[in-house]
Amino acid sequence: MPHLAFSDLSPALPEILLAASAMALLLVGAFRGEGSTRLVSWLAIVALIAVLAVAFAGGSERRVGFYGMFVTDAFALFMKSLVLTGSAVAILMSIRYNEEQGIGRFEFPVLVLLATTGMMVMISANDLITLYVGLELQNLALYVVASFDRDSPRSSEAGLKYFVLGALSSGMLLYGISLVYGFAGATGFADLARVLAGGAAVSPGLIVGLVFIIAGLAFKTSAVPFHMWTPDVYEGAPTPVSAFFAVAPKFAALALFIRLMVGPFSPLIGEWRQVIVFLSVASMILGSVAAIAQRNIKRLMAYSSIGHVGYALIGLAAGTAAGIRGVLVYLAIYLFMTVGAWAVILCMRRNGQMLEEISDLSGLSRTRPALALALAIFMFSLAGIPPVSGFFAKLYIFLAAIDAKLTGLAVIGVVTSVVGAFYYLRIVKVMYFDEADAAFDAPIAGELKGVLLVTALVTLFFFLVPGPLVGGAEAAASALFLR
Amino acid sequence: MSHWPLLSLVTFVPLVGVAFLLMTRGEGAVVARNARFIALWTTLVDFALSVVLWIEFNPNTAQFQFVERANWVNLGGFTIRYHMGIDGISLFFILLSTLLTLLSIISSWDIIQVRVREYMIAFLVLETLLVGLFCALDFVLFYVFFEGVLIPMFLIIGIWGGENRIYSAFKFFLFTLLGSVLMLLAILTVYMQTGSTDIQVALNHTYPLYLQKWLWLAFFASFAVKVPMWPVHTWLPDAHVEAPTAGSVILAGILLKMGGYGFVRFSLPLLPLASSFFTPLIFTLSAIAVIYTSLVALAQTDMKKLIAYSSIAHMGFVTMGIFAVTREAVQGAVIQMLSHGLVSGALFLCVGVLYDRLHTHEIARFGGLVERMPAYAFVFMAFSLASVGLPGTSGFVGEFLILLGTFRVSTLECALAATALFLAPAYMLYLYRRVIFGTITRADLRNILDLSPREKLVFAPLLVLVLWMGIYPTSFLRPIRASVDHIVAQAHAATDAAGMRRASLP
Repeated sequence: MPHLAFSDLSPALPEILLAASAMALLLVGAFRGEGSTRLVSWLAIVALIAVLAVAFAGGSERRVGFYGMFVTDAFALFMKSLVLTGSAVAILMSIRYNEEQGIGRFEFPVLVLLATTGMMVMISANDLITLYVGLELQNLALYVVASFDRDSPRSSEAGLKYFVLGALSSGMLLYGISLVYGFAGATGFADLARVLAGGAAVSPGLIVGLVFIIAGLAFKTSAVPFHMWTPDVYEGAPTPVSAFFAVAPKFAALALFIRLMVGPFSPLIGEWRQVIVFLSVASMILGSVAAIAQRNIKRLMAYSSIGHVGYALIGLAAGTAAGIRGVLVYLAIYLFMTVGAWAVILCMRRNGQMLEEISDLSGLSRTRPALALALAIFMFSLAGIPPVSGFFAKLYIFLAAIDAKLTGLAVIGVVTSVVGAFYYLRIVKVMYFDEADAAFDAPIAGELKGVLLVTALVTLFFFLVPGPLVGGAEAAASALFLR
Repeated sequence: MSHWPLLSLVTFVPLVGVAFLLMTRGEGAVVARNARFIALWTTLVDFALSVVLWIEFNPNTAQFQFVERANWVNLGGFTIRYHMGIDGISLFFILLSTLLTLLSIISSWDIIQVRVREYMIAFLVLETLLVGLFCALDFVLFYVFFEGVLIPMFLIIGIWGGENRIYSAFKFFLFTLLGSVLMLLAILTVYMQTGSTDIQVALNHTYPLYLQKWLWLAFFASFAVKVPMWPVHTWLPDAHVEAPTAGSVILAGILLKMGGYGFVRFSLPLLPLASSFFTPLIFTLSAIAVIYTSLVALAQTDMKKLIAYSSIAHMGFVTMGIFAVTREAVQGAVIQMLSHGLVSGALFLCVGVLYDRLHTHEIARFGGLVERMPAYAFVFMAFSLASVGLPGTSGFVGEFLILLGTFRVSTLECALAATALFLAPAYMLYLYRRVIFGTITRADLRNILDLSPREKLVFAPLLVLVLWMGIYPTSFLRPIRASVDHIVAQAHAATDAAGMRRASLP
């Protein structure tokens, strides 16, 4: 057995660093006691930024470590930067919220760091085993985070539901992996690719395994029909956790999805495309139709996120570099608008009580014009109306769909986006057209203000300089197709 | 002047005004006053700039002028350019937009008392989007402006509208959005064919017939809703009734023209074979629109609804003229759109005058106004007659050219559309008689005030333009002619080359 050289470890340096900082922060918290939450949170944010810097310093050329089980490339770098940003912002938004809700414990940032480590491993997975290890590391941390408000029955319910369904999906995934291993004789992505590209007839067992893997990943991305947990968990979990769930884990699972489908399983595109198209269509329809009847804004955002996964999956269904580029642009833009919308939800507090009903936003444009404007920008963006960024996200997706001759899928996509526009507009209507309710508590926490300002500006003015993001996505997507 | 990026200036000057508006601080009344003046000056400057555009415009060529080009996104072969330019067709739509926005601001001077600053911001943003739309020579750029228009208009109807404003705002938004998203797919398909989103590149490309038909239908979905053509017109009366006066002016004056402009700019030159193939469809829908909505207008009890239905009938003329594809008819269609922009805008302002005084647009609430409001009666009469196409007014030129051009293609269609020549006077004069003549029966009408100087100031330029366009249309036809001739010649060449008989009704 050859010993592990440093050069073999170096691709995983960011993950190692993040895991080490999580441990170190756990010690800091344990020794300094309950009063250290604020310190640990800020240190966790610093750690995430540092890891991002290390990841970038590592460069974007493809490097493989751990005997081919771990890979880092431009695609991994792009997705990791999204996930790290999402995690950092989630911690940032949680600081004040957790204190005020009486759940300001230092374990929260540590758990987020551990979950993030898992996500980064998922993104860089180059072997089905690595994939599973990363996924479980992420899941275990997320189960705890979802029920972090442990005295609240709602939060506990959310955590339990997430745990039961998450365990089920992990089981399906693992079963799929075992089938694939059984029929293909390999777990490494490179080996799998070699076996599948051989041109020999693919056994049905392998296809079944592939479908099980897709089902497991669809659970994690909350694509219909594996979405049932999403509204309940989003509603029940503490709000910063819901915001976190809406971005980072979803990105990691989609990254994994993409790497598997256009990587080792790319010869089977004829088989998996049907499944992805179905997931995409079902998610778009359910996401837009089911959201109409929601009164709770957290549930509404849950259905919104289901719908958006449907759009992102259009790009994957295309299966081309243009399609993956579309998905990446979509996710990056989605990160900003969704985080922004959740930041507004975190500002919905009256007399110390958090509010979650859409009707609580009544007349916000009079009591809090800036907040209302920000939420309006996010809503128009989520609806995909130009010139705000959400339009460009959809543009690149539909471009890829037309390119791949998936016109029917594109038509369903645009039609559901009109249905979806209805409920996003409803929020604008409540804020701008309805009579004013009592104002929300002032002042808004500084961290939230910062998050709101940055996300709103990026969402509104994305069209001025779309170059860097689209260019990054372009490079990341083409990295997957270099072989 | 030619070195100046004149089109960008005209397009984005209103945004400078928005920046100033956002900076206004202080007490409510002061902010409102400052907001009004900032908006006024911004739109004045913008209008002046667009007049410069007209003066500098060279009417002898069908080429795009004042062209500006810059790379916007250029990645992975998908290049979106900031490409602006105008020809004779877009020129007057820009002028119409800047003029009507200016008049809208003046007309809502005292009327709008709540959220004045936001109101002015909405109108200035709307102006930028409308002007940009008519200048854009890149499909994605065009689409951004085209769909972006929905946001400010949605807010204008929803915030400053009447009783049932929320229903109307949603209906307006979702109807038009559904149309335009299909156009987005068509645009992306065109890109796949040509490898460019540049409109000029797209115009020089030939598409196979089956593809043309699909593309045409997608564009049609978008433009037909905007025009609006029967049977997708139902959002318009609702939106008009609930919108504030200035909102109705912009809606009828410019937003409806986006559809007609789209037909002339894209459907006809881009997809000539499909346009020819679908001409019977357009002719049928246009004839129904003209006759049916005229009859519906006759039965209205609400002034704004009546004028809204008359707009649909007039726009039926426009669509018919465009797809007759003769030089006269297309020129007439463009003139008719401009004329309708001025006239329907003015008519909505007329209704607004009464609404400000009595807060209703029920026809039955009025009568005998001529005794108390002679100046108003004169203005209303002038625009009513322009609306029905009295010779000497702008309405006549457009309708005459359209009928002349259509007659060469289809006698039957021409005859059907010509029914409007007596239906339109029927509903307009009937309206006029009920509102203006008769005896005053209601107490509150006895001390109603005639037009204020501000209102006269708003109507004066419109009246002058309507007469100018009616008496000496050459000033307007000359810049339009070269561009229209070019489009018509291209369309004919394409259908002849394909050996297609130019389809039409008998």
